[in-house]
Amino acid sequence: MIPLSHVLLLSGILFSLSVAGIFINRKNVLLLLMCIELMLLSVNFNFIAFSHHLGDLAGQVFVFFILTVAAAESAIGLAILVVLFRERRSINVEDLDAMRG
Amino acid sequence: MIVNVLFYVFGAILVLTALGVITARNPVHCALFLVAAFLNSAVIWLLLQAEFLALTLIVVYVGAVMVLWLFVVMMLDVDVEKLRQGFTRYAPLGALIALIVAAQIGLVVYVRKLGLDETAAAVVDRPADYSNTQELGHLLYTQYLYPFEIAAVILLVAIVAAITLTMRDRPGQKVQDIGKQVAARAKDRVRIVKMDAEAKQ
Repeated sequence: MIPLSHVLLLSGILFSLSVAGIFINRKNVLLLLMCIELMLLSVNFNFIAFSHHLGDLAGQVFVFFILTVAAAESAIGLAILVVLFRERRSINVEDLDAMRG
Repeated sequence: MIVNVLFYVFGAILVLTALGVITARNPVHCALFLVAAFLNSAVIWLLLQAEFLALTLIVVYVGAVMVLWLFVVMMLDVDVEKLRQGFTRYAPLGALIALIVAAQIGLVVYVRKLGLDETAAAVVDRPADYSNTQELGHLLYTQYLYPFEIAAVILLVAIVAAITLTMRDRPGQKVQDIGKQVAARAKDRVRIVKMDAEAKQ
């Protein structure tokens, strides 16, 4: 049997890696979105680990909904990214300053 | 016991692929590392007896969402070198933040414990004919029916949003005018001419 704390630690490492990814790839919108996907994955790990260890399927239902929302999010995010690239020929975060006051 | 060994092996590969996602030079490689991370997670979810979700992760995420990602990554003509400016400058900061976050999570898990030890008693070995999919379906279509419907609406909204965002009008585009099509009458289109039969020449 896998100890619960080890799964939680694995998901914590995954989450902190994706936080670091957001810091070091702070210019590339594409990679920022990928890091968010990785974060959602690590959150799902927690839900599944607790669902397994508490013998309660509600956690898996939550993961199901998170997967749905994450798929919708990445579809809309990529659509915005494509429109953005068409307008500006760039996905650099620093070029996106149209709303600066 | 073999389950534990498999968990550590695939966990280590998962961490390595996550490192690959955040450090790879080429965005296509990042996306492929992300695919590998999803596949490894699916294996770990199988070990945690979430069979349906593991297969969903592979079919929906690797099969559909990541293919969409690869399409977009390859379609955009991105100047990678310009986007990577400041990578080495911010790498120490990123590593520091990651260490802090990981240490905090480790402290919560190992020092506060949160009653984690008691939960181990609740783990039950499922019989061989136990179906995770069936149980999940039972729950989804009874207790979680309304959230399930809302999830369907969210997907519909995502479809509509993605299509309206990326649709554009170009000059010279050939499009249907639905109003004209509906207003068309047969007598405007077909003219029936009465005439005598022609003799064969």
